Amino acid sequence: METFDAHDDSRLLSPIATTGRRFYLFTGTLLAIGLWGAFAWWTQLRRGLSVTGLNIPVFWGLYITNFVFFIGISHAGTLISAILRLAHAEWRRSITRAAEVITVLVLFFGMGCVILDLGRPDRVLNVIRFGNFTSPLLWDVTSVATYLTASTIYLFLPLIPDIAILRDRFPSRRWLYRPLALGWTGTPRQRHLLERAIAVMAVIVIPIAVSVHTVVSWVFAMTVQPMWHSTIFGPYFVVGAIFSGIAAIIIAMAIIRKAYHLEQYLKPIHFNNLGLLLLVMSLLWFYFTFAEFLTTYYGGEPMHMVVFLSKTEGKFSPLFWTMVVSCFVIPFALLANGRTRTRIWGTVVASIFVEIGMWLERFLIVVPSLSYPRLPLTAPSYVPSWVEWSLFAAFVSMFILLYAVFTKFFPIVSIWEVREGREHSVSEVTERVLSYLPEGRDE
Amino acid sequence: MTRWGMVIDLDRCTACQACVVACQTENNVPPADEHDSARGRGISWIRLAPFREGEHGTRPGLHLVPILCMHCERPPCMKVCPTRATQIGGEGIVAQVYARCIGCRYCTTACPYTVRRFNWKKAEWVQPMQDGLSPDVSVRPRGVVEKCSFCHHRLQRARDKAVMEGRPLRDGDYQPACVESCPAEAMSFGDLDDPRSMVARLAAGPRAFRLLEELGTKPKVIYLSKGESGGDV
Repeated sequence: METFDAHDDSRLLSPIATTGRRFYLFTGTLLAIGLWGAFAWWTQLRRGLSVTGLNIPVFWGLYITNFVFFIGISHAGTLISAILRLAHAEWRRSITRAAEVITVLVLFFGMGCVILDLGRPDRVLNVIRFGNFTSPLLWDVTSVATYLTASTIYLFLPLIPDIAILRDRFPSRRWLYRPLALGWTGTPRQRHLLERAIAVMAVIVIPIAVSVHTVVSWVFAMTVQPMWHSTIFGPYFVVGAIFSGIAAIIIAMAIIRKAYHLEQYLKPIHFNNLGLLLLVMSLLWFYFTFAEFLTTYYGGEPMHMVVFLSKTEGKFSPLFWTMVVSCFVIPFALLANGRTRTRIWGTVVASIFVEIGMWLERFLIVVPSLSYPRLPLTAPSYVPSWVEWSLFAAFVSMFILLYAVFTKFFPIVSIWEVREGREHSVSEVTERVLSYLPEGRDE
Repeated sequence: MTRWGMVIDLDRCTACQACVVACQTENNVPPADEHDSARGRGISWIRLAPFREGEHGTRPGLHLVPILCMHCERPPCMKVCPTRATQIGGEGIVAQVYARCIGCRYCTTACPYTVRRFNWKKAEWVQPMQDGLSPDVSVRPRGVVEKCSFCHHRLQRARDKAVMEGRPLRDGDYQPACVESCPAEAMSFGDLDDPRSMVARLAAGPRAFRLLEELGTKPKVIYLSKGESGGDV
């Protein structure tokens, strides 16, 4: 066993310095799945959306489900990291980067899903040429583009000092690191500017992130369709997004920790703290779901009840109850119990179930409402085709692949922020706590 | 200003589907093959929707109601289109701009009447149907949304004629193919804004109702029914 020195950053740089066979095997497999997806897409481009399982009332299916799901995951990074930064949560230091990368990368796949769904992807720029601002879809384009820009800046800013370290450490890759480091030398002025910029971005990014998933929900809520036309959808989607986002961070952290031996950086306490956040989101999710379904049930409007019953006891009920178990029962049991939450496997298992449950939730929002149109229409059930499943698998694989490639070019745990934590924050936090307490003595 | 509208008398309709066939030929609507029909993808601009009766103690059976684009005064499809490919004209006809549509199918999901159709694949006609395509109506490309246009090409012809005769367009200047073909004379078409027109009089009558009126879409397709069975609709 090699020895570990907490003051030595080489453990964080080693994934960049050396790449083993396992990495190539892993990314090779992912690439193969990605290529299969490319074949599926080519099939769809050749033969149109007839290769999907979509039909006349169910005009939207897996692609839109995945769009909402991926955009939801994107709330992981930027939002969580910004909130933790603003709250001076010191335990954030080793996890923010891993979280922020998720956001930036997954957004591309979220937008990609919309392109997949278009009947005429070649005309996508019509959205800009003939943009109609009464369409929630255009609100979506606007807010997602803003979010992508803001979260890319927010990922890049805290990367600068680390890129400078890489520039000095890896001369062979200077062509990449030198321009990206923007001449960083770590002068007090540079540090001051960077801190200000990060703080400003952290504030800006929060309302943007909230707006993104609110607008995604409005794509549905602004129509008059049963169980879509709901005022609760904005906050409900935001909660679901943060929920699935935190679960994504936990899973990513567990993999990074194992693959790069970062046990000293990503400790059980990090998983425990994120597990607590996940628990809170699970409770919130349950609260929103309960409120949404009770309101529909109590009102009992026939059109709404058709969709309601299809979820609770009809053909979608197996998926619905799996969702309730995966989003609430299992995570609650694992995370409310200190013994399982403080173990890494406990939070990871909870997170995997949350991802499954949240994907089902997105599916159950999109498909059942469309399956039961207001006016009678006979149509077969929607069953996604191999093309749709392949593209889903390919998008997930390509996301993981890009994430893995990122870790080979940039440290996935922020070197300077961990260092800063040790050098400054320990004393800062002591001072801060002291400032909360009564001082001096009355004469 | 003319405001085109349609009245369908359900007490006269025999559900013979002549309107469905007439529309199909008139508007170059591609015929669905076995595979498409089985998967629920056949395109039709007008269809007969089976409303179930007997749920409220009335006689059992099905009531078939012709459903087409309602040409709503406040179309939910138009608001949601990201590219303004759906527009409502000055005479109230809701039109689809095929050349601009990106095929996102937001309009198809937002329409509470589910009357919009999507071109899942390239439209194909077998011979000799290919030779019988109407030159007045464009064949829609794959990947765009289409729907009833109130036979807009017929309106254009009527408008040209009115211009030639130096008079404004008026009630009775044209009829869509479905109305023309109805053997039971259950369908009428005309100017809803002209109080003397047949459609305006029928629409103001006691048997008149609109589908899903409660949604505030203000449909310009009006149904007539004596009640009892029609009341359930």
